[in-house]
Amino acid sequence: MRHLTVFPKSTVAKREKILNLLLGSSVIVLFLVGWELLFQLKIVNPLFISAPSRVVLAEIAMIKDGSLLKNLTVSAKEFLLGYGAAVLIGFPFGIILGWFKLVRGSFGPFIAALQATPRVALMPLFIIWFGLGITSKIVVVLMSAIFPLIVNLRVAMTTIDADLVHVARAYGASRWQIFHSIAFPTSLPFLMTGLRLAAGRGLLGVIVAEVFGGAEGIGYMIQYAGSTFQTDKVFAGVLVVAVSGITLDFSLDRLGRHFDRWRGEVPVH
Amino acid sequence: MRGIAQGYLANDNRPVKLAIKNLVVGYLDKQSGHTLVAVDRVSLDIREGEFVTIVGLSGCGKSTFLNAIAGLVKHQHGEIRVNDRIVNGPGTDRAVVFQKASLLPWRKVGRNITYGLELSGMKLAEAREKASYYVNLIRLNGFENHYPHQLSGGMQQRVNLARALACDPEVLLLDEPFAALDAITRELMQNELLELCEKVGKTVVMVTHQIDEAVLLSDRVIIFSARPAYVLDDISIPIPRPRKGHIKDSEEFRELVSTIWRVIEGNANIGGGI
Repeated sequence: MRHLTVFPKSTVAKREKILNLLLGSSVIVLFLVGWELLFQLKIVNPLFISAPSRVVLAEIAMIKDGSLLKNLTVSAKEFLLGYGAAVLIGFPFGIILGWFKLVRGSFGPFIAALQATPRVALMPLFIIWFGLGITSKIVVVLMSAIFPLIVNLRVAMTTIDADLVHVARAYGASRWQIFHSIAFPTSLPFLMTGLRLAAGRGLLGVIVAEVFGGAEGIGYMIQYAGSTFQTDKVFAGVLVVAVSGITLDFSLDRLGRHFDRWRGEVPVH
Repeated sequence: MRGIAQGYLANDNRPVKLAIKNLVVGYLDKQSGHTLVAVDRVSLDIREGEFVTIVGLSGCGKSTFLNAIAGLVKHQHGEIRVNDRIVNGPGTDRAVVFQKASLLPWRKVGRNITYGLELSGMKLAEAREKASYYVNLIRLNGFENHYPHQLSGGMQQRVNLARALACDPEVLLLDEPFAALDAITRELMQNELLELCEKVGKTVVMVTHQIDEAVLLSDRVIIFSARPAYVLDDISIPIPRPRKGHIKDSEEFRELVSTIWRVIEGNANIGGGI
């Protein structure tokens, strides 16, 4: 009763992990090799599909002439400002929405309607209101990223363990004490999920907004390269977006696990 | 039978810690829309250091009674006094141990034990200091840095108990504290609680449906009728202290258990309870 057994990660699970890694990476390698062959053997018109080797060359060229850094900086700025605003507004608003019944009753339907509207469809309006510059992109990111946060935190408030609240009340806790000792910690895993979902949506928002109307940024670069048949540059741009997305998701997942330590067995997402 | 229970030990001159007078607790039955009475005019005096257990059929209203003392349920009539001061609503002079441990899963054991103290506005360092006595007493030292999910059910319940005791309440309320544990752990926990209570001398009100548990731990056993609950009988347990778990084998113990059981059974037959 006084000793705690910590089970080591079984070797079986470790082996399975290595096998999965091998299988997963070999499919990617096969795909890249096949793609390169399609190009080199001219099975498909090389103008349409480019090739991994050409994409790498295009990437290097973009790094050398500084256009990648310039465009990435613009996109990153738009993303971070919009995403930051979404977190700053969405996190507290979602909590308030879940915590106060009256607020939920009044704002719930409005939020649901807004959420159901594809934000991209509002893009022309954002351009009219905020111009072709950076502001309209920030607004698109904000509008894309905010809903996963609001929805997740609202749900978080409904999962609060009633028994814990009961105990806290028995110890004479005030509503504020119940909020910060129970509701807030309950919300953190939901915040982390919300942050990951929001990052994906926000990234999509940035690219779409730049493709739609703009003069700089990765999305603009992709759009421009596409309209001038530089398929290697299109792929190079897509690669940059994909790598950013994966890096972002991975870091947020890591951060999430940090907040989830008390749960013990961390569920695999 | 019905009526006010006599303060059992007439010549006991310890001060009355918890005084309950004509307590009526009703609740709104959502299905029928009627107000139903759960506790019907219960009066009870509990003296300082006394361990009093309430037994009765399940659903008889004994838990509601305890929740009313804790201030979690409003009473419609009567009064509750702790140290002669009327209480209305929850307060730090009472601490409850529920059947479910209900520990905050994201807090380590140490911070769970200080939770009650923190809620009362105490600084963490001071709360730790104050709680450490009970951490030692309940033999939880070495576990302060574990998360609740790493502990067995029995250990979690000990943390729950430590959390309540750390607040140093005037009255400790135990609501079927061992009901969720397996039979062996329950026996062990009963013995531990027995030892613990004899050491700290707290005033305790416990609710249980285990008659042997009631007899083992208590100075007095109050028998509640089927719903609505009133006091059927107030039985003194004259087994001398300190007691040990093996007194359960004695003739006296078994006789007390069967006396209590006959009262409950008689009431169930009349009321058609169960």
